[in-house]
Amino acid sequence: MILFDQVTKTYKGNNRPALGDVSLEILRGEFVFLVGASGSGKSSFLRLVLKEENPTRGTIHVLGQNLGRLPARKVPYFRRNLGVVFQDFRLLPQKTVFDNVAFTLQVIGKSKGFIHEAVPDVLKMVGLAGKAARFPHELSGGEQQRVAIARAIVNKPAILLADEPTGNLDPATSAGIMALLERINLGGTTILMATHDAGIVDKMKRRVIELSGGRIMRDERQGGYLTQTIEIQHQQVRDAPDDRTVPRIQSHLVQPTQRPEESE
Amino acid sequence: MRLGLILSEVGQGFRRNISMVISVILVTFISLTFVGAAILLQMQIGQMKGYWFDRAQVAVYLCTDFVDANGCALTEATTDQKRNIEQQLETEPLAGLINHWEFENHDQAYANYLEQFGEEASSFVEPEFLPETFWVSLKDPEQSAAIIERLTGEPGVEEVLDQRQLLQPIFDALAAASYTAIGIAVLMLVAAVLLIATTIRLSAFSRRREIGIMRLVGASNRFIQTPFILEGVLAALIGAVLSGGAVVAIVHFFVQGYLNAVPGTTPYVDLGDALLVVPILLAIGAVLAAISAAVAIRRYLRV
Repeated sequence: MILFDQVTKTYKGNNRPALGDVSLEILRGEFVFLVGASGSGKSSFLRLVLKEENPTRGTIHVLGQNLGRLPARKVPYFRRNLGVVFQDFRLLPQKTVFDNVAFTLQVIGKSKGFIHEAVPDVLKMVGLAGKAARFPHELSGGEQQRVAIARAIVNKPAILLADEPTGNLDPATSAGIMALLERINLGGTTILMATHDAGIVDKMKRRVIELSGGRIMRDERQGGYLTQTIEIQHQQVRDAPDDRTVPRIQSHLVQPTQRPEESE
Repeated sequence: MRLGLILSEVGQGFRRNISMVISVILVTFISLTFVGAAILLQMQIGQMKGYWFDRAQVAVYLCTDFVDANGCALTEATTDQKRNIEQQLETEPLAGLINHWEFENHDQAYANYLEQFGEEASSFVEPEFLPETFWVSLKDPEQSAAIIERLTGEPGVEEVLDQRQLLQPIFDALAAASYTAIGIAVLMLVAAVLLIATTIRLSAFSRRREIGIMRLVGASNRFIQTPFILEGVLAALIGAVLSGGAVVAIVHFFVQGYLNAVPGTTPYVDLGDALLVVPILLAIGAVLAAISAAVAIRRYLRV
């Protein structure tokens, strides 16, 4: 589904790569959390999957396509197979809920009939059945994110990318969003979610990929937000300049930003 | 569905930066009017050249009793000398170049003179003052040098003159005017192109959310850029239509109504020519706007 092979991404004017030599594979139907501090490369990872950026080195396959060989004019058609959700929702303020979702289908040329069938369906699925005529500013944050999710999945994408979808929401609302994402995942959609929310990750017990300084620190099935197995810790951290083992173990319940090596 | 969507986007773009759209319309209007004027001037030159060059002949003026220059020595050309010229015109190499020629004697010259300038101006002109002339029409007016070279200095010939030379200053002036118009037009067109590009950038910036989402959900580049290009093209087309109207009005009221009111033999461009210029202006406006809008919007489409 998504295959990274020794991918390095370096931005201009910055010698330290945003992603360094990352190799991993995400399979169909998986639910994957991408965790790590700000600047650890999560967003770069998502942008590479979307082909908003090209890797400096290495190859990326998404949905069986080698993104390096995908010509620019075919990128839009490739993206129709991906859905994206952001922390800040990115809805169009002057359009209603219905029109926000319908816009996606309009611009890729779907028929009016299809739109009038698909949009109410997907609004019902995300729990906004009665709010099609509302405008975004009339909705709560959780509802706005549901609109954004509806927009992302209305075209039935194979992969849903979520960049901190609960970042602006309170825990209760976040739980509702996660339940929705889980339901979408059960429907067969692969979900790749970047997050800072330790509670969610610990509770969901899904695959966790931890990035730090552009490298994969950990790739664990049914993992938590922080590493719990000490062997992997030692193995991964050995080449780090300072000894992180001690603070890591202690910081079981501590927020990541409070970790000494990552607070900036 | 999609066409309606695109057109409603264009309408939104127009409403959103109406002042920029108006300035685009005005700048295109003025620049294309200059382009139209330049084209009309060129047409006028072409028409005058065609008209006059058909009629322009090479005149071989013969000596009279009153001319002392060019070896005439105040002596009328003799019959032998005239026969010599005639013979030259009838034999190679000159005969091949000549369409036809005719001889004009003193009385005919005087009659033509009277006709051209009227009794009054001719009161002190006697037929003998006017030289006898061979009027030579060439097959190709460009070949006049050969005949001038051949016959200048022949005994009894005062001067060999290509009438086209008399017209040259007029054509030079018209050409200078048309080059000036073209120069101004080019400058104005550059301004128009830059203004269109800026307008489209502004328009795209005010719709960057939509563009971002369109790109995210996989709208094709063609779909994203079409409303913007149409916006630029439409604004430029409105300007082009106005300039077309201005060109037609100039020809109708100024050239036909004012210049043509003075009786004269000079042919002027007419409405038919002006209507020929209008589609050229429309095409220039549309193409330039499309190109500059497409270049301006490209930055927002980079994947």
